[in-house]
Amino acid sequence: MLEIRNLHAEIDGKKIINGLSLTVNDGEIAAIMGPNGSGKSTLSYVISGREGYTVTDGEILLDGANLLEMDASVRAAKGVFLAFQYPLEIPGVTTMTFLKACMNAQRKARGEAEFSTPDFMKRVRAGAEKLGVPQDMLRRALNVGFSGGEKKRMEVLQMSLLEPTFAILDETDSGLDIDALRIVADGVNALRDPKRSFLVITHYQRLLDYIVPDTVHVMSKGRIVKTGGKELALELEANGYRDFVGEAA
Amino acid sequence: MNARSAPPQTSAEAKIAADYVGARLSLPGGHAVADLRDAAFDAFMAAGFPTRRVEAWHYTDLKRAMSEALPIASPPSATSILAQGARLASLCPRMEDVDSLRVVLVDGHFIPALSDVVRLPQGVALHSLADALAHGDAALIEALAAPGLGQGDAALALNTAFMQGGFVLDIAAGVDVVHPIEVVSLSSSVAAQAIYGRSLVRLGAGARLTLVEAEACDNGSIEQRNCALVCQIADDATLEHVFVPAELSQGSTHVAHLLASLQSRASFNSFTLARGGGLVRRQVFLRFDGDHSKAQLAGANLLKGRDHCDTTLIVQHVAPHCESREYFKSVLDEEATGVYQGKVIVAPGAQKTDGAMKSHAILLSDGATMNNKPELEIFADDVVCGHGATVSQLDEDQLFYAQARGLPKHDAEAMLLEAFVDESADRIENEAIRAHVIALMGGWLAARRRA
Repeated sequence: MLEIRNLHAEIDGKKIINGLSLTVNDGEIAAIMGPNGSGKSTLSYVISGREGYTVTDGEILLDGANLLEMDASVRAAKGVFLAFQYPLEIPGVTTMTFLKACMNAQRKARGEAEFSTPDFMKRVRAGAEKLGVPQDMLRRALNVGFSGGEKKRMEVLQMSLLEPTFAILDETDSGLDIDALRIVADGVNALRDPKRSFLVITHYQRLLDYIVPDTVHVMSKGRIVKTGGKELALELEANGYRDFVGEAA
Repeated sequence: MNARSAPPQTSAEAKIAADYVGARLSLPGGHAVADLRDAAFDAFMAAGFPTRRVEAWHYTDLKRAMSEALPIASPPSATSILAQGARLASLCPRMEDVDSLRVVLVDGHFIPALSDVVRLPQGVALHSLADALAHGDAALIEALAAPGLGQGDAALALNTAFMQGGFVLDIAAGVDVVHPIEVVSLSSSVAAQAIYGRSLVRLGAGARLTLVEAEACDNGSIEQRNCALVCQIADDATLEHVFVPAELSQGSTHVAHLLASLQSRASFNSFTLARGGGLVRRQVFLRFDGDHSKAQLAGANLLKGRDHCDTTLIVQHVAPHCESREYFKSVLDEEATGVYQGKVIVAPGAQKTDGAMKSHAILLSDGATMNNKPELEIFADDVVCGHGATVSQLDEDQLFYAQARGLPKHDAEAMLLEAFVDESADRIENEAIRAHVIALMGGWLAARRRA
């Protein structure tokens, strides 16, 4: 379970998160929607531990543990996963090398035995096959020259291999056509689990047709201004954010 | 000899003048070599050690670094040679999967007893510099002097004046030397010393050779190395060259000259891995004398502490239809300073020259400095020449991406740095030697990660 209590965060002295509280229960898919500049991406960075953001007040607990005391890699080992809106290209590092380094670093941090190479290969091959990721992509430098859809699929593959307990999908729909969106959504849905929760950040309702949320939260000016069920997303699609943004002012 | 009477400017220069007078008669070579030395010595004394006022030395003040001139290393004694032989294997282990023929130098002097001389194949002749000078013809002396390469450079003139030690390696026409030749340089002395070596490698027409120069140094003493390698590559010959200078102690100076000339359809591929250690000046003077030849000068500089590493290249396209590539990657940490100066000169007749030069650096600390100065001087009108230079930091987005996937920050940095520098080694053709160089770079990065 993720609990965010009265979170205040800023970057370069500019306040972005402004007293945000949010709880995502185990097995829950929570969606956060909001207009540009409402602080959605900042929230994903603050939860996952990006440097440069200062939390001035509040707390973020994952299964009771205070994430704010941990650096990004420790949070990842603890179970936090951020699927990037724009996955980074890492020239010179093959996808396989990257995956192995990350998986084993997390296992090491948790005091688990590292995967042997054959064991690792077996897992990656199986995971890739499920998501329709061609084997030759795994031998190429991570995300270098991948299409938008391939990059997002690679994010989902990483998520499936790292088995997080709390995954954030930051604008996963951006840059995807309908077919790619369906593949990515299917991949995410396959990972639904009573012990795994998701925070899906999106501008548009469209993604939520494919990844159906349990709860929908509207974010504006760094706080949650409205919470509802999945029908709230449809309401937003019809009427825009106008009605809710006013409430935060 | 007028210049010799000019007042020396620094005590180091005065010491060198006195050393030269004392050593002049005992330095190897006959009259012709003595004349060459005298002329070079005069040129050195007239100029003195280069300072920042000399344009080619703008970023490296050798005069300041040479606050004193250390005593010149004498040829090692028989006891010393035995002692070096005993520690050779541990100090400079053989490269994995590379069955090389070793040429061992101790304090710059070629030691046949420690070298694989009996394994040298037919068509390969190896002599000490002293022997070669004693028996050599005018052509050999001219080759060693490498006329037109590095002319006017005072540090090279100093090397010419004092050159001793070193070797002459001749590969006969048409000979393909299957085993790489690995020149291993050791220092025997714990006392501070100066080493002036000059070696010559000549490839006959159509010959092929892979040459590795590996320097080892473990005694923590201060050294002043001023060594030159001259490479003459005849028509259709191919030379691959990898140079890994020693990491000398702080306070040391290391000037490593490479003078290369290529005839027609020849190929030269040289890679330098510099891991700092005092002041390092790598200078390459290369000239295309024949058409349709190719040369690549590449390297990686891994620097930390107060390392100062200067890579200065002058590539002269005299003949038409030649291709030159320069490709360098630098990683600078702490207070290190890096210099890249590359000058490609295309003479009026060198039409259809194809030149590309790149230098990329990553700074890991606020105290680190990189000076990039690519230059093109083009006097022909039908050429393709370009250059690019960048100085940046590790990409924060990439770092966060790797951290968010579970890699601790230092590991994430090491992974990105490894990818950055390893790419330069892709230019080494010999796979096993490339793996060896990549392992050395990995060792540097791992040491940094542990620090």
